[in-house]
Amino acid sequence: MKILVCISNVPDTTSKINFADGDTKFDTNGVQFVINPNDEFGLTRAMWFKEKQGSTVHVATVGEVSVEPTLRKALAIGADEAIRINAVPTDGLFVAQQLAEVVKNGQYDLVIAGRESIDYNGGMVPGMLATLLDVNFVNTCIGLEIEEDEEDKVTAIREIDGGKETLATTLPLVVGGQKGLVEESELRIPNMRGIMMARKKALNVVEPIDAIQGTEDKKFEKPAPKGTVKLVDSDKIEELIDLLHNEAKVI
Amino acid sequence: MSVLVYTESENGKFKKNAFEAASYAKEVASLLGTSAIAITFNAHDNESLGENGISKVLKVSNEQLKTFNAKAFASVIAQAVEKENAKVVIVSSSADTKFMVPILAARLKAGYAPNVVAAPESIEPFTVKRTAFSNKGFAHTQINTDIKIVGVSNNAFGQIENKVDIEIEDFSPNIDDSSFLMKSIEVDKVVGKATIADADIVVSGGRGLKGPENWGMIEELAEVLGAATACSKPVSDLGWRPHGEHVGQTGKPVASNLYIAIGISGAIQHLAGVSASKTKVVINTDPEAPFFRAADYGIVGDAFEVVPKLIEKLKDFKAQNT
Ligand SMILES: Cc1cc2nc3c(=O)[nH]c(=O)nc-3n(C[C@H](O)[C@H](O)[C@H](O)COP(=O)(O)OP(=O)(O)OC[C@H]3O[C@@H](n4cnc5c(N)ncnc54)[C@H](O)[C@@H]3O)c2cc1C
Repeated sequence: MKILVCISNVPDTTSKINFADGDTKFDTNGVQFVINPNDEFGLTRAMWFKEKQGSTVHVATVGEVSVEPTLRKALAIGADEAIRINAVPTDGLFVAQQLAEVVKNGQYDLVIAGRESIDYNGGMVPGMLATLLDVNFVNTCIGLEIEEDEEDKVTAIREIDGGKETLATTLPLVVGGQKGLVEESELRIPNMRGIMMARKKALNVVEPIDAIQGTEDKKFEKPAPKGTVKLVDSDKIEELIDLLHNEAKVI
Repeated sequence: MSVLVYTESENGKFKKNAFEAASYAKEVASLLGTSAIAITFNAHDNESLGENGISKVLKVSNEQLKTFNAKAFASVIAQAVEKENAKVVIVSSSADTKFMVPILAARLKAGYAPNVVAAPESIEPFTVKRTAFSNKGFAHTQINTDIKIVGVSNNAFGQIENKVDIEIEDFSPNIDDSSFLMKSIEVDKVVGKATIADADIVVSGGRGLKGPENWGMIEELAEVLGAATACSKPVSDLGWRPHGEHVGQTGKPVASNLYIAIGISGAIQHLAGVSASKTKVVINTDPEAPFFRAADYGIVGDAFEVVPKLIEKLKDFKAQNT
């Protein structure tokens, strides 16, 4: 089985978010970039398929040269090859079209992307990618088993509001993954050997195809600063109820 | 030209987000000088959408579409878009809808702005304000394509009374069998309990609660309030609560009217995922816990003393107010 894991290069979850150039750009100053958490769960599941079922695992991202350390990290975790599509990823539809081209050219059986990236929170790339490729799609995927034979039967579990749903489908398939594909404790930190090997692995750069740019973020803003908290004495809980009822009007 | 809204229902009953999406669609339709049309799937009481400004419903009644199927629903909505020459499509932010919309957008080659919190700022060019960076910022996003899709955040725009005459039209789209290549073999869902996505109130517990055996009072508080239960990430990682309850930047997002955090410190990743909630209450023994800087109301105190008292007082309050 040939697997492509789509990776988004995002600010570390502890990052303070600032904007630059008259609030038209995200300010990368002092920001640490990481593999998008949802994608990391997918990559780890892909490593499981590599080890247990002999799969080949490639990773791809749309981004400028600055994203290469994140791809190298994925290689150090164990991916076999990396692909960088040399473009600025500013719109989900644009990114999906670029990735679709990579999937077609590389003939992947399974594509694992993250349910959502934690920077622009679009949550659209996996579904768009599946549709452009005209293959099956499971979003918010929290479990994935594949029997590799003539039928290539897939059992996938997806999280739904208030529970989960088990689905039966077949390859080729795109999933939007998240925690649950593997547990938190199964995530891997690259070791020295992995990091050394990653340096020798192929990181191929391809130029983008002409594609529709569906949206553009014209300007950014930070949320208004929060007012101070109103503290209620733990012996006067009826005051809290009164505030929630009469002031906040939420109960 | 028209504005089309997908109004979501469950077992025939519209979800609250359907009325919010309808209200938003009416607003966009007014800005464009056109009308707002809804598409509904096996929904009862289609007339009720007229209260929020919908002047026409395309009513789909189809056994195959009784259970949600992202690909099939997207295909039907795409047909409705074509039939009504819709230029703007309005959708909600539920998990099912977020699963379906990218399929629709790719089919229509439409730009899609999710997590939108306010009416369009401009129509020409079409610009909306949405959350980004897990609620640590907002983006003003321009949609460039001929057909535009706007995903409206829960509890952001609100339901707006705007009664209009409504016409109900039966709509029989083509159903493509390829949508059913993927089969639902089991649905494991808590019934009769509010879900994190839909609830007006969410009661959430953290590591400060010490162990899974102490969740009885969280459940009880949620029951009194008609709330959904949630938890911080370590609580689900430790297996105290199911993963589906994990909220935050890497878990489920919360955009409720009221979020009550009990024994949760308020780490940046937790706050990022819950700060879209309108009113936040924190109960924590540590007055220095970061959550106090993000909350509207707080009680410095031991959850094991405060929560039972809160439950009692809320029961009294409910008894008086119903
Ligand atoms: C990549 C990444 C992603 C993450 N994503 C998320 C996420 O999505 N969601 C998330 O929640 N976390 C996330 N985290 C984890 C986050 O950093 C915190 O570790 C976590 O939120 C802490 O959970 P907590 O508040 O329950 O526990 P703690 O930080 O241990 O806080 C427990 C709190 O309980 C209070 N307390 C103790 N006893 C009592 C008592 N008797 N009564 C009242 N209060 C009491 C304490 O004062 C303390 O403030 C992420 C971390 C990383 C690195």
